[in-house]
Formats: sequence, structure tokens, C-alpha cells
Amino acid sequence: MMTYSIETNVNGRPRAAEVTARDTLLDVLRDHWDVFEVKNGCEQGDCGVCTVILSGKAVNACLTLAVQANGKNVVTAKGIGSPKEPHLLQTKFVEHGAIQCGFCTPGMLTSAKVLLDQNPKANRQEIREAIAGNLCRCTGYKKIVDAIEAAAAKPES
Amino acid sequence: MDNTEYLRPSNLKELSQIMAGHKDRATVIAGGTNLIPQMRNGGKSPELIVDIGDIQDFSFIMEDDGFISIGAATTIAEIASSDIVSTFSPILASSARELGNPLIRNRATIGGNLANASPCADTALPLLALDAVIRILSPGDKTRNVVLNNFFHGYRFTDLGKGEIITRIIFPKPDDETTGSQIKIGLRNAAAISVASIAVMLTMEGKICRKARIAAGSVAPIPMRVSRVEQLLENQEISATLLEQCKAIMKKEISPISDIRGSAEYRSYVTAVILERNIQRALS
Repeated sequence: MMTYSIETNVNGRPRAAEVTARDTLLDVLRDHWDVFEVKNGCEQGDCGVCTVILSGKAVNACLTLAVQANGKNVVTAKGIGSPKEPHLLQTKFVEHGAIQCGFCTPGMLTSAKVLLDQNPKANRQEIREAIAGNLCRCTGYKKIVDAIEAAAAKPES
Repeated sequence: MDNTEYLRPSNLKELSQIMAGHKDRATVIAGGTNLIPQMRNGGKSPELIVDIGDIQDFSFIMEDDGFISIGAATTIAEIASSDIVSTFSPILASSARELGNPLIRNRATIGGNLANASPCADTALPLLALDAVIRILSPGDKTRNVVLNNFFHGYRFTDLGKGEIITRIIFPKPDDETTGSQIKIGLRNAAAISVASIAVMLTMEGKICRKARIAAGSVAPIPMRVSRVEQLLENQEISATLLEQCKAIMKKEISPISDIRGSAEYRSYVTAVILERNIQRALS
């Protein structure tokens, strides 16, 4: 079996693994590095629960080969903020009840984080477009869009 | 099972060497968004993946000497947000903005969208209507150009031979008399695979249409030009009667199938509707 050594920085921490050419970034995050906040949903780029920030861009970890993440930076929902020091987006998600079952939340947060990094005053339409690749089956998006809008309205503290 | 090999050349020279040595077994990717689900579903098991995503020479959008050139590994997101593309080929910009979802657009590339040769390839339609040419790198460092209209040979079957790679897509800047429109029908606004899709470019001289380009997607085994409708429009004044004739011919020229996204009957009907709507929009 052909394997490849990869080194990837995940949330500021250098990680390494031996992977096959067919392993996806999602496989390696969950199976090798125990990064379980990155969820596994459809494995074909439809649901967005595996969204991570790869070199500053929101991508589906399931549509990225692990070897393609070699030498790159990955940020997940846990890298955006911690329970002690939550990111404003995370605070607003809680305040607005934008989390129900929670399965889509890490993906929503990473998509929203990239949006606000690029467009700090994003409007509702821009927010809806930015999370177009992230499915939620509980809340119906309104509270999620409300939360991101609330975070967009205020400068980050 | 897991003996797929992976190579990621960082420049053209490395790529040429790899393709010269492995042309019979190389599967080329840039983002990988087409290949990865195909591998996962067990359909594809490439011997060797050659990833051109790191080659800087394949990632650019240039305006030069009356032509727009786009590198094969340019992402759909880059095309969607490019001022050059929005200015000179708004139908390509809007198609790019409707491809997949933002996450996919950050990985998927224009070369991959064409090489994958799906009948619903979103960027193929505006590029067909824009008279795009594909530049291909062949083994032995030879390059050749293929008109996009001759690139798609059949269902997921292209002009690309063994060891060949798309390097760039080139199309002429439309003149001031030329306008376009593009409409994609999907089942939802976001992340939709097209049910039917049409792109139109019209060159007008007063009320007379001098040149027409009509491309249709998801209604035939390949993204196709509809030349009989183009011929009907050219050198004519575009009247309501002519539009009705165009719609009737359009339905005869396409060969839609029924699938989970729509019936053949619906596709045929809606294709005629969006043809008319596109022509009206282009002229307004």
C-alpha cells in the first residue's frame, strides 16, 4: 500500500500523519487527529458539515484530499474560539438560539468566519449566500442568519 | 485497493516530465471535487493522481490583445469574483456564481469543469456561446488549440488524449454590439445541479441579428451549441414569430432524458422558455 507523509497545521498545532492518496482531509482530521468538531455528513460536498478553513478559504474537508492539505493551515470551529474565549460569532450563535441539534454548527461557524474576515459588514443576502453550502435541518436558517448578522454589525472585540 | 499514487508537480517542467513518463495511467486533478466523490463511490480507482493545483502558471485571468485567457486551474470562486470576467463576459461570471456552492467554488476549477465533460457543466455554456478555445498541452511539450464546440465528443468523453492537459481557456472579448444572457434552471437557488440551462450571445446591427451563439446544457449527452437556432436568428430581425420558430426548432434539436431532477417533457418545455427569455434579456 502506497502511503504519504503529511504535515498540516490544525488550529495552530502541527499535526502529522501517514495517509493514502485516496484519504480525504475529513478522514485524517477525524480518524488520525481526533478533530471531531469537523463532522461527517454526506461525503460528497452537499451538506457542508465538514467545512474547514484551508489556507484562509472555506472548503469541504470531504472534497479535499489529505495530501492536498500537506504543508497548509487548517482552522476548525474550535480554532475560531474556545469556551473561555468564544469568538463573537460563537457568542451570537448562543444568544440567538442558532444551535439546535448542533450538527451543522461547526460548518456554519467556519463559513461565517471566512465571510466576516473578508466582508466584516456583510448583509443578510451576503450571509445567506456565504452559507449556501451548509445545510441545517433543524432551525430553518433564520436564527443562524440572525446570529451572523448580529456578529457582523459589531466590530470584533 | 489503496495503491493509488499521488504526484503534485510545482511547475510546468515537472508536470511535463511526469506526463511523459506516466501518460497511460495519469488522472489529472486540480481541486479534486469531481474525482474524490467518484473514488468514494467506488466508481473510479485511478492508478496515479497528478495534481496540478499548485502550478502557478495555470492560475490566472488575463486580458490581452482582444482576448481573455483563463488558466485551467483558476478556481470558480476566482472567476466569479474577477472584475475582468464580470466586465467582458458577465454570462461567465454569473454561471460561475451559480456553480455548486461557495465551498465547492473555492476548490473546483474551470479546467476541471470542462475536462469532466458533464452535460450540466455550468461554465461550458457561456464558454460555448463566447466561442472559447481550449489550449491543450500534449506529451512532448507540444500545444494544440481546440475550439470548445469540438471538445465534447460524447457523454463524459472529450478530445483530450492520453497524457494531455488543459492549460488555459481563451475567448475573444465581445465587441460593443454583442450582448449575452444566461439562465440556469435548478431545483433550488443554492447548490443546484442544472435541470436545463442556456447561454446566449447575440451581435446586433440595429434590429438585425448578425451573429447568434446559443448553447444548451443538461438536455443532451454534452453541453451543446444549437446551430440550427443560431442560423434561424442570423441576419434576421428578431420578431415574436421568429422566436416561436426558434423555440420549436430548439425542442427538436435537444435530446433530454428524464431523471430525478426533471422529466424529458419538462426539460424540453423549459428549455424553449429560457431560450426566449435569454434572447429578450440579451436585447433589453
